[in-house]
Amino acid sequence: MDFIRTIATRLFYAVALLLAVLVLNFTLIHLAPGDVADTIAQSMGGADEEILDRIRADYGLDQPFLIQLGSYMARVLRFDLGYSFFYSMPVTELILQRLPATLLLVFLAQLLALIVGVVLGVISARRPNGILSHFVTFFALFGYSAPVFWTGILLLIAFSLKIQWFPVAGMRDVTLIGGFWAHFWDVARHLVLPVITLSSIFIALYSRLSRATMMETLGSDYVRTAKAKGLSTRSVVYKHALKNALSPVITLAGLQFSAVVSGAVLVETVFAWPGLGTLAFQSIIARDTPTILGILFFSALMVIVGNLLTDFALRAVDPRMRGRG
Amino acid sequence: MTDQSTEATIKAQSPLSEAWNMFRRNHAAMAGLIVLCLIVLGAIFGPYLYPGQPFEMAWAPFSPPGVDGFLLGTDYLGRDLLAQIIHGARVTLIIGLSAAIVTVVIGVTIGALAGFYGGLVEEALMRFTEFFQVLPTLLFSMVIVALFGASLPMITLAIGLVSWTAVARITRAEFLRIRELEYVMASRASGASGLKLMFRVILPNALPPIIVQSALMVGSAILFEAGLSFLGLTDPNVISWGQIIGSNRQYILESGFTVTIPGLAIFITVLAISLVGDGLNDALNPRLRQR
Amino acid sequence: MEPLLKVENLRIELATRAGVAPVIDDLSFELGHGENISFVGESGCGKSMTALAIMGLLPERVGRIASGRIIFNGEDLTKANEKRLRDLRGNEISMIFQEPMTSLNPVYTVGEQIAEVLREHEKLGKAAAHNAAIELLDAVRIPNPKGRVNDYPFQMSGGQRQRVMIAIALACKPKILIADEPTTALDVTVQAQIFDLLRDLRREFGTSIIMITHDMGAVAEMAERMIVMYAGRKAEVGPVKQIIEHARHPYTRGLISCVPHIMADPTFEREELTEIPGIVPGLGEFGQDKCLFSERCSMAVDKCLRARPPEAAFANGQSAACWRAEEV
Repeated sequence: MDFIRTIATRLFYAVALLLAVLVLNFTLIHLAPGDVADTIAQSMGGADEEILDRIRADYGLDQPFLIQLGSYMARVLRFDLGYSFFYSMPVTELILQRLPATLLLVFLAQLLALIVGVVLGVISARRPNGILSHFVTFFALFGYSAPVFWTGILLLIAFSLKIQWFPVAGMRDVTLIGGFWAHFWDVARHLVLPVITLSSIFIALYSRLSRATMMETLGSDYVRTAKAKGLSTRSVVYKHALKNALSPVITLAGLQFSAVVSGAVLVETVFAWPGLGTLAFQSIIARDTPTILGILFFSALMVIVGNLLTDFALRAVDPRMRGRG
Repeated sequence: MTDQSTEATIKAQSPLSEAWNMFRRNHAAMAGLIVLCLIVLGAIFGPYLYPGQPFEMAWAPFSPPGVDGFLLGTDYLGRDLLAQIIHGARVTLIIGLSAAIVTVVIGVTIGALAGFYGGLVEEALMRFTEFFQVLPTLLFSMVIVALFGASLPMITLAIGLVSWTAVARITRAEFLRIRELEYVMASRASGASGLKLMFRVILPNALPPIIVQSALMVGSAILFEAGLSFLGLTDPNVISWGQIIGSNRQYILESGFTVTIPGLAIFITVLAISLVGDGLNDALNPRLRQR
Repeated sequence: MEPLLKVENLRIELATRAGVAPVIDDLSFELGHGENISFVGESGCGKSMTALAIMGLLPERVGRIASGRIIFNGEDLTKANEKRLRDLRGNEISMIFQEPMTSLNPVYTVGEQIAEVLREHEKLGKAAAHNAAIELLDAVRIPNPKGRVNDYPFQMSGGQRQRVMIAIALACKPKILIADEPTTALDVTVQAQIFDLLRDLRREFGTSIIMITHDMGAVAEMAERMIVMYAGRKAEVGPVKQIIEHARHPYTRGLISCVPHIMADPTFEREELTEIPGIVPGLGEFGQDKCLFSERCSMAVDKCLRARPPEAAFANGQSAACWRAEEV
């Protein structure tokens, strides 16, 4: 019962956040200099009156602000995010076309960062003065300090231009003919560099934190108990210490979803990855306001869903979290 | 009389000098500080010392570093890359610093109000903070810059508007902790006003983690500006390191150095700031000091 | 009969910032089958290190056995490899700790933490181990064991957690149970219950118990023999009753006089209740060739400062490392 109520609270809260994003979106268009219809139609390089009228009708621009806001939200909740005059298609459709590529990139990068980060953290925590431990410290600083697009360009120059291991750009080879697996490996090859680039920031973060939390749990009383039980080293480290060290790392990873999506914009632009990031880049150049706002909405949605998943992951790892609302 | 006041000043300075001693012994942090000072000096005096002009075509495009008298070579328009780096340093550092100030002002205000008043005020402000955490920072600032124009003040403001949440969280946590301490209770009992309590009594004691976070904020603001410029969201009449990368990006096949060199400049600067920030953290955090 | 455990001339060294210090200096003792002995002393005297050394759990890279032998069932544990020690730990020799609040893993159920040790050592299957865990919870007198077996540690009180620790320790019916300050962190009423439980379980399982404590009252209640430790050295050893009646070391006397109710004869005219003045010497001062207690001792003479006192044995089995043991 508690569990259902918790889920309900979280979902309600998530929806409230989304509505707030919509209010922000709408306010931003109205605050922007110039006529709203003009702002929206900028991408056309001077729209004719017919289109401006259509936009005014779409957004109910002759109505009072609050009514406009209400009708805007009502439309978005029916998944109508407006029309992109630049791409000549509804924004929702446009975004849904690009969303899978971004989800794939973001998900794999987070996964890789978590796995590599935690493994590096665990190994270096067991030998705090070992070479790997110093490497983690150094790598963490690198990850904090290097602009992610620069890392991407360096990898691109090294592994696509100098040694031609991986393709330069895009998500698939359009000339490829073959079955499912041929296409699978093709996409995988295209994924390698973008995923490594994007995860590099987060590997740094997670390895540093998991090193610290592992050192703490390895020195804890319950790990001493586990040793006193005569358990194998593997069981002591991975069953007893690691599961306790994971909660802070998962919490941190949950807080990073917004940063991962931000990083994805840059990484996609470097590798011409056909996701929301390149779409955002192109729409900004084209001054395609409805698309940009739609992307902002969808990316907030991704972050909110990511936070919900984090919450559930934390509950799975730490029983003490389950009792809380 | 004079003796007493000197003694008082010495006592007042001792925590600071203790922190400085701590910081000085940290080799990595000191190296970061020295590099940072060199960069700042270069940004201030470089344009007067180095004759090259950043916007003028000086030679054939894509001349590699060290050839034809150009230490760092020339970009896709044949402009002197070293001159661009030197002039770009100013803009990069100024945006980094001023965006960090905006961040800290917003973050400290919101965090202080939430931590000091608690209750409904805290609840509302923390929900507000969470709302900002949900928006991907880069996309949000892209939207602001795209809608309101890519001028330097707007870029600075946009970076500040999207990155204050971490500062607010830290400030709130410190205020929550400190407001329960005895000396705060004592000032409260002696009738100090809310504002005085917040800014004269609590804030000075909450400063160490805020200072550390602010230092790191300068680094992340520089990275942020670089990202925005890389995406073309920048004032084309002003040169910054990110912008050099953005404008040369299409030509990495011909000449990678026009992109890797300004990137290296950003990396070294932010690395230096991170090292200083880490050093400050160790020097100012009394809990760590005890270990 | 061979004793169950025989420790001979054990020396444990700790690496400290100031250098290497002998936290245990030339310690020998024996533990018989089903016997119950106590190590007594103030904190910092090396009691816990002895326990960790027997378990083979001295802190890595910090502590090491410099010399001496620990013979368990005829096998020298100081020469055993890690694999062999793991087989013994939690199986033949188990240990419970001072901090029940933090000694259980917060993210696993208590049932799992008991069952785990049975799966490891007794090679029980999942279901059998789970059922055995319920029986063990019942044995340590946790009410409604079937319901509590799936509880997490945070759902239990300190006393209950210590019972769970005892259940884990006794799961494989060990020959030796080392209890390191098992009740220090608990309320007085709960302390008494835990002692009762340990006594009953000892009768039931025939386990020998080594109890480490700073509390003379606990010793009087639990042990047959006691070893009083001071600054890493054995100060006095002997049957509990006799030592309480007539301690042969000034330090032991001091410890006993701290606890009024265990005086052998309550009507006995005794000196006023005194705490021992001064503090235990720091690790850096361990290992000198003198009586380390001399600075706090009211009976100290010149000799005490010049040479480490040998053990003076008495006919009744008592012995004390004091130059003036006969006079005490």
